[in-house]
Formats: sequence, structure tokens, C-alpha cells
Amino acid sequence: MSDGAAHPVSLLGQSGLALIPAADAPQNAKDYKTDQEVRWCPGCGDYAILAAVQGLMPDLGIKRENAVFISGIGCSSRFPYYMNTYGMHSIHGRAPAIATGLASARPDLSVFVITGDGDGLSIGGNHLIHALRRNVNITILLFNNRIYGLTKGQYSPTSEVGKITKSTPMGSLDQPFNPVSLALGAEATFVGRTIDSDRKHLQGVLRAAVEHRGASFVEIFQNCNIFNDGAFDVLKDPDSRESAMVRLEHGQPVRFGKDGEKGIKLMPGGMQVCAGDDPDVFVHDAHAEQPAIAFMLSRLGNVDGAGVTPVGIFRSVQRPAYDDLLRDQISAAQQGGGRGDLGRLLTSADTWQIA
Amino acid sequence: MPKQLHELDRVIIRFAGDSGDGMQLTGDRFTSETAAFGNDLSTLPQFPAEIRAPAGTIFGVSSFQLHFADHDIMTPGDRPDVLVAMNPAALKANVGDLPAGADVIVNTDEFTQRNLTRVGYTANPLEDGSLADYHVHAIALTSMTVTALESFGLGKKEAERAKNMFALGLLCWLYNRPTEHTREFIEQKFAKSPEIAKANVAAFEAGWSFGETTEAFSVRYQVKPAPMPSGVYRNITGNVALAYGLIAASQLTGLDIFLGSYPITPASDILHELSKHKAFGVRTFQAEDEIAGVGAALGAAFGGALGVTTTSGPGVALKTETIGLAVTLELPLIICDIQRGGPSTGLPTKTEQADLLQAMFGRNGEAPVPIVAARSPADCFDAAIEAARLATKYRVPVFLLSDGYLANGSEPWHIPDVTTLPDLTVTFATEPNHDGEFWPYLRDPETLARPWALPGTPGLEHRIGGLEKADGSGNISYTPDNHDRMVRLRDLEVDGIARDIPDLEVDDPSGQARVLVLGWGSTYGPIGAAVRSVRNSGGQVAQAHLRHLNPFPANTGDVLRRYDKVLIPEMNLGQLALLIRARYLIDAVSYNQVRGAPFTGDELAGVIQDVMRDV
Repeated sequence: MSDGAAHPVSLLGQSGLALIPAADAPQNAKDYKTDQEVRWCPGCGDYAILAAVQGLMPDLGIKRENAVFISGIGCSSRFPYYMNTYGMHSIHGRAPAIATGLASARPDLSVFVITGDGDGLSIGGNHLIHALRRNVNITILLFNNRIYGLTKGQYSPTSEVGKITKSTPMGSLDQPFNPVSLALGAEATFVGRTIDSDRKHLQGVLRAAVEHRGASFVEIFQNCNIFNDGAFDVLKDPDSRESAMVRLEHGQPVRFGKDGEKGIKLMPGGMQVCAGDDPDVFVHDAHAEQPAIAFMLSRLGNVDGAGVTPVGIFRSVQRPAYDDLLRDQISAAQQGGGRGDLGRLLTSADTWQIA
Repeated sequence: MPKQLHELDRVIIRFAGDSGDGMQLTGDRFTSETAAFGNDLSTLPQFPAEIRAPAGTIFGVSSFQLHFADHDIMTPGDRPDVLVAMNPAALKANVGDLPAGADVIVNTDEFTQRNLTRVGYTANPLEDGSLADYHVHAIALTSMTVTALESFGLGKKEAERAKNMFALGLLCWLYNRPTEHTREFIEQKFAKSPEIAKANVAAFEAGWSFGETTEAFSVRYQVKPAPMPSGVYRNITGNVALAYGLIAASQLTGLDIFLGSYPITPASDILHELSKHKAFGVRTFQAEDEIAGVGAALGAAFGGALGVTTTSGPGVALKTETIGLAVTLELPLIICDIQRGGPSTGLPTKTEQADLLQAMFGRNGEAPVPIVAARSPADCFDAAIEAARLATKYRVPVFLLSDGYLANGSEPWHIPDVTTLPDLTVTFATEPNHDGEFWPYLRDPETLARPWALPGTPGLEHRIGGLEKADGSGNISYTPDNHDRMVRLRDLEVDGIARDIPDLEVDDPSGQARVLVLGWGSTYGPIGAAVRSVRNSGGQVAQAHLRHLNPFPANTGDVLRRYDKVLIPEMNLGQLALLIRARYLIDAVSYNQVRGAPFTGDELAGVIQDVMRDV
């Protein structure tokens, strides 16, 4: 393995797929299915996400063998077994670290991390935040079902306070993470949120994430119908979803509700719901240099029934990707002299000759 | 007054002072001049875990010991012939190691009432007769340095800082060392401030001239160059040799290095060294923690890099789960454990070899990992190449064990001709291997290694993971028979490496020895020195040293059974002895010491004599 070729000094602003070889022929979703029997519980939200990703991949136009899915441990982390690409089902919480190494070594691969709220935010929280601030060119899909599924129903770091579970019969005590807030605080350059049941929206956010050069973070609300059924019903129920969810669109006023009857405006001290025709309804700027407003938006989220939950792309800004910079350093070191000369290296200190 | 010139066959010098006195630098420079002169040598730096411990305290003493000779030597020496003590703390901390008759050079400027009281001297040892057994040279090093630098217009503090160069100049005069390299070195080191460079050169020269003119030294010493095989040499520390070995392995395998690492003493210098060599395609990644370091290395290995992680025992503890993953993924990975005193944080800057069983067994499930150990600083180069050879050929994680003594110690290295290094070219899978499909766990019948198919290779798309895999296809399998087979296959593969490594060699010149001393790792030098000393006094003893700890060389049992007694000295409580007893049912005699320092040759010679008396 040696990519050898000198890369342009900066790939800033280019697609996350810029160095991935293009497919020779059109592909379809079936090409991305494996012969392995899918073993999630019937009715699990993971099926919808899998189908959406398998449907999206052919549209990316890259060679199938240049896609790699890396996961940790948990229900969602079985995902790579069902994708007919290269894949690794690794250990609990460590997928972002493994993906960082792979992406840093191989610019020609599109590297995905599949993780969950326990895997990514609990045992692997440290790797997640560092992968984001480092801005390695990877795409992180965090399936958030707000519960531990594979270990059969303990509360997770995104479970609401007071959650009654097997391990918390009197209610959980700890404040949950808001994954979008966390990612924004971790210096992420791309932060999105979507929902398992809305295939079009999910594919739209994922496509933008993959095409973002650098680390992309997408929280996917995912229903666990066995241990936490209905966690996101308020965002799915046709009667409630219009007023419970706001779809963020870059450059568009932030409106929601039936026919955009409500809006959000910036007020001293925070955001406020207002009438949709209020002239102060603010225009979403995903490219804003400062993440402050994106962070305020992330705090609106309340899938427990009160307030309004934003979905879409909170933030998408350009910053050089770690792996591009690393390759630039190697190219710079090889400028002029080319690849190092081993014999010269070994004799580079004070030497003496014995006849 | 012309000085006498006495010839010596070997000398042990220890430089000791405050952590901030520049003793490591002084020792390094003296070593470089000694190496250039052609003596054989061996060094032992010792420093506190604190970066700048409070000045003048015993625990803040930093020292550098150098043993050089006109013949080949194996250790940094047991007891210094010369101690340079820059302050009372340095004297107090080291004087107990001196043999009667040793030379003691002390910096009298630091022997103030306050400094003496601070380390518990009630009377000045320079005046109370307590040093009567030694030749004390009481020299005002600091004030003479300041005087010598008067014309440079430096502040007093800055001028005083050059006192180590004064001491170095004096010692270079005393032992008739060449000086050009030190002048060049100082000029390069202070290239940005030429005035400081000139001042340091002046201090160095003032030290030399002081030796030449003072009445305090009537004799100079000469240690002739040692005869060594012809070739090009340099002095090298274990950590630099290990880094170079990895770079060589990268070249020989054709794989770029990806080092995932987290700073930890005493391994960090490998990260520092490798980070300088990006021209060789080396990617160094300072991770957020030990786990991410090894994880990233494993991810890079999946992509076809030479994945390496460097750490010490506490870091290995954190990497354990990922190493287990590498075992079951069957991907090449090199885990360098530069051992230090444990358990837990233990003795970060002191040496120990107590991670052998951690490397051997420290994982859940049956998770065999080959283990390679370096035996001397320069040997770290060859050991790194061997670890890379095994990892890439068998597609397994490999432990490379070094320790603090090897990491920071140095010795002359006969630089190999790079064209003579072995070809370790790696072949990746490019074609389906099973009825038009690709089976990632279809093994090579001879090595039992699985194919290494890189992402980006069309038609070989596959998934691997920590769950048990079906033999051949690699699909998830929970069936009892398959698991039993896979556990045994992984074990057989590592055991099979015994067919691919050299036999254990025995050094038994007379063939009459009844006692064999068996060692591994950095005890090679002290054991060798002890064996030599026993033989010099007429005893017969055999020595063998293990490069491979897992698997052992195929002939190990036969070799051990040839002797009435097998003595195993280790800087732990008997870890190799435990393995030898379990594997070969041999009642080895274990001799152990965990004082954070290497064995002395004298100590081991005594132990060998004791064992010989009992057979």
C-alpha cells in the first residue's frame, strides 16, 4: 500500500468523495445487499435506515469496493454485515478510532462509521468527539434510539431523566446528552439530524454528509420497538409532526407547522417560537462560521412532547480535513528529495569506520 | 607541568546533578566523543519522573552512567570509577555505589550550608572525613565557569548554566577524548543564539584547560579503541534503533507505516523519532488515548498499512481489547511495549520486565500473540524487523518487548548494509479464492495465514469482525464445533511460527557446563557479563537468550534438558520461569530483582556461583 501520488496542497471545499474512484457502470440498491440474513427484530427502525443507505449508495457514483463501513458494538453495529462493501464490526465504542486510521492511510476510500447512542456517546464518547474535532474525512451515522437494545433494555446516555428500565427501576438519574449539541461543541464541521421513517429526508442529509470533506456527524432518530417503542412518535404521527418538527434548510426562514404558520426568531437570551409571518423569523445559515446559533437550534429539540425538534443540517462549514493535511505533510517531506533513503537515514548521526 | 598518561582497559563514569543541570546532555556528548574514538561502550541514563523536581533534592537527581573500554563490554557497568557530583544531593544519592578508591569530582560552589541541610548532611562531607575512601577533587565548577565567561556579558544565571560544559571539558581532558564533535554540536544546538553557542564552547574549553593546568589532576587516562569487526558504526539508543527498525521493515515489506500512539514514558521517543521521517511515508498519529492509538493502527492495517502502536505497560492494559480484536481479525499489527516498573503507574522512568505475562495472556478468551524481545539497545533494530516479518507473514498482532533500560541506554551499532536486509514483500489478495467467491478466512495451508484483501480491491468485498467467524467463509458462526476449530486454528498458527524461527543458540564454549543461564530481553548484557566473569575465574557455565517468547524456538526443551540446572534471572518475580516450568516441566531456578535498575554483573556472577555449587 502506497498512495505515493502528491495530492493538491488543499482539498478544502472539495467533495468528501473527491479522491474516491468513480463507478464504471450504474449500480442499484441490490448490489449493496449481502447474502447474510438480517437479524434485527422485526419492526426495528434499523431496517429502514439500511434500505435507505443501500438505496443511496448507487447514487453516489463511487466504486462499491471503495466504500467501507466500520461499526462498534450494539444493534446498529451489525449494519456492516448487511452492506456488500468492505466492512468491519469492531469493538465497543472504538469505530471512530479505527476509521480514523483507515481514512488517514487511504484517501481513496469512503469510510462510514455506524454507531449508536450507547456505543458512540457512552463507551466511545471520547473517540467520537476527537474524530469530530480532528475532522478526519469520515461519515458518522449515530442511530439514536435512546435505549440499550442489545443488552436488553437498560437506559442510555440519551435516555430522558427518570427513565424506568431494568437497571433503573426507580428512574434514571443522569442528564442525557444531546448528540447534536455535543457534536457542535466538539468542533464538528458537519452536523445533521434525521429520522429513520423519512427516507427522503434521511437520504438527503446523508448525501450531504458523505459529500462533506471532513468529519460528518448525523444523528438518526431510530425507533427500538422492543425496548423503547414510540420514542419519536411525536415526530412521526401525522397529527403532531407538523408542529413538533422543524426542517432546517440552509438559506430558508425557519418555519414549521401547517403551512408554515409558526416560525422561530432570535431573542436576547435564546430562541422563541413566533408566528410564521413574523418579520423576525430568522434565516438558517448552515455555513455560519460560529456554531452559536446552530447550538441554540440544537437546544430547541424536545422529542418528549414539548417544544419543537429541528431536523436537517445544523452546520456545514469548511475546514481542512486531518487526513488531507497529513498527506500534505508527507508530500512536503518528500518534495525535492523524494522518498527517504534508508541507508542514508541509518548513517545520519556521527559515524565512525573500523577498518 | 607535564602530566602523566596512564592506560586503562575500561572506565565507568557517572555524571550526576539536578534535573536541570544538563547531565543527560553532558553524558550524551561524552558518549559521542567516546564512540567516535572507537571504544566499546554502554550507557545508562537515570532520571526522575518529575520534569523539574525541586532543585537540590535527592529525588530530583538525574544521572548518566557510561562504561567504555578497549574491549567488548556488555553493560553500563556496576560501580562507577568516577562520580561527577554537581551538588550535595547528587553526591548523597550516588556515593553509596562507589568502590573504595573511586574518583569523586564535586562542584564545591553548591556545597553551601543550605544545600547540605536540605539533603540531611549535618556536616560538610568534603570536610568531615567521610569521603576518605575516595579521591575527592573539590572544584568550584560554577564560579570558574562564570569567570571564564565574564567577557561574554551574559547574566549570572545564563553563565552558570554552562557549568555542565565546563565539567564535560574537564572530563574530556582527563580521559583524552576528542573534542571537535562537541564544538560542532554546541554550535548547531545554539545556532539561533551564536553568543550562547560561543559561551558554551568557551566553558567547554575552559574545563579542558583547567585540567591541563591545575595541580588537582596529576594524571590523565587513556583507554584505547576496542577491536571491533570492520564496518561503519554509530552510537544508538534502543528507542531510536526500534524506530529505525520499523522504517526498515516498512521498506522491506513495501508497506507504509501508520503509527497510532499516545505519549507515555519511556516509549514516547519512538513517536518523536518516527514523526521526523515522513519522507519515508511514515504517518504518525498522536491519538486521544491509548485505545484510539491502537485502534487507528488496526484500521490502517485493514487498509494495508504497517500498523504500529507504541506504549508501555499501562498503555498495553488499555489496548488489550483491541489486541484481542486484531487476534480474531487476523490483521498484522505491531505492539511495542517499552516496559517500565509496575503495577499501575509504578515507576515510569525505571526499568522492569514484568509485562511478559501481560503480553502472553492479557486478553479475554484464547488469544495467542507472538512475542519478540530485544536484548540490547542496538538489537531493537533487528527485533523490530523480526516483529514486522511475523506480523505481515502470519497476519497477526505481534508484541515487541523492550524496556526502559534498552530504550534510553545506548551502545555502538554496527550499521547494516541495507542491501543485505531480508526481502519481506507482502502479497495482497487480488482474486476470488473459492468458487468465484472470496473467502477471507480461507487459510494458507502452510502458514495458516488468511489472505489480506484490501478495501478498494474489486470482487473481494468482505466483512470481518469480533464475532466468531465460520472457518473459511468468515461469516458469523456460533456453532460449537466451528468455534472449537477456530480457537485451535488460531493457536496452531502461532505455534507453527516455531518452524519459522531460528533454534535457541547456546553459548557453552567448553561443552562441560552443568548450569545454563537462560534469559530474555535486556538482561542479556548483565547475564553475559556475569557468565564471562564466572568463566574468567575458572567456572563453566552456559548461556542462552530468547529472542522469541511465544512461541519458543522448537529446540528449547531439548536445550534446557541438557543441563542439570537452569537459572533464569529476571527483573520480575519469575514470569519466564513460570512459562518454562509449565511448558517443559523443568524445575528452573528463578532469580529475581525489581529495583527499577538492571542487574549488576557482580550480583549475577555470585548467583551463578551459588547455583553451580548446588549441582
